[in-house]
Amino acid sequence: MSDGHLTPPVSSADHAAGRDDASLTLVEYGDYECNYCGMAYPIVKAAQRALGDRLRFVFRNFPLAEAHPHARQAAQAAEAAAAQEKFWPMHDLLFEHQDALGDADLLRYAQTLALDVARIARELEAGTYAKRVRDDFRSGVRSGVNGTPTFFVNGERYDGSWADEEAFVGALRGASEVRVGE
Amino acid sequence: MKESDPIQRASGILPAGTPAPNFALNSTPDQTVRLSELRSRPVILAFYPADWSPVCGDQLALYNEILPEFREYGAELVAVSVDGPWCHAAFARDRKLRFPLLSDFEPKGAVSRLYGAYRDEDGYSERALFVIDADGVIRWSYRSPVGVNPGADGILKALDSLGRRPEPAGVSA
Repeated sequence: MSDGHLTPPVSSADHAAGRDDASLTLVEYGDYECNYCGMAYPIVKAAQRALGDRLRFVFRNFPLAEAHPHARQAAQAAEAAAAQEKFWPMHDLLFEHQDALGDADLLRYAQTLALDVARIARELEAGTYAKRVRDDFRSGVRSGVNGTPTFFVNGERYDGSWADEEAFVGALRGASEVRVGE
Repeated sequence: MKESDPIQRASGILPAGTPAPNFALNSTPDQTVRLSELRSRPVILAFYPADWSPVCGDQLALYNEILPEFREYGAELVAVSVDGPWCHAAFARDRKLRFPLLSDFEPKGAVSRLYGAYRDEDGYSERALFVIDADGVIRWSYRSPVGVNPGADGILKALDSLGRRPEPAGVSA
């Protein structure tokens, strides 16, 4: 059953860091309040440094809101920041402050990033990005996400370990060298 | 990752097309759930090894998050393990689970055995999933390795194949 194919595939609607023609696309389904995602955060950064232009990194929201009361709102704050071209800076701030994700904290981070704070406050209040976050979550369920973080490498679920930085980067490096056609 | 049909067949869980055996199990120390009471809507029956073990916790936590999706199909989720009803109650409270946990407790594992989802060597249920249609027929079943969280994509695909029933019993006449 669980083929673990990324559904839908990466598109321009995604938040992607790196070149579109990178040989390797790493997708993470993550939750800003999840400890394991917090542990994975610097490891993904290390992979990005190690692989440079060969790696494109995409983040999709998978808030486990029943377990993590701030996760959904934090995801919406990142989406609100994306609407102001600051998705990745907000993404980083959220993972670097996982213990402070209350509404006031989120607005403080918006201020730190010199965003239009009033607009973000309004959008969070209105749930402007609730559907976007929910759509990400649904796509994760359909893709075979079974916890957070779940990674996909070139569209296939990665079931190996990510906790060991060297092994993870090594696995990604291996995948980046496999070219299927051109 | 590519766990699929051969293992599923070898495991002996009841396959698609089989009428789902009826059962009555405690959902709390003084309440019973009968499968037959759930007819007229699809049922997701999830056997799992034990409360409190980290993998089950993840699996059930995931299903707890996905309940709204299941409900769009009018489907009911019930989870079954050999833990007793007081254990289930504490576990469900701790994890804020919003679906019933049934106790296959006495005689131990009897219902799990009926579905071919009992591990004699371990004394607990397999990690096995069944999607049962509104007529009480198993339409999809899957056994996952005990240590692997099967996710929910297979369940949703099976519910897709049943067609949507957003309002069970909601059509008059």
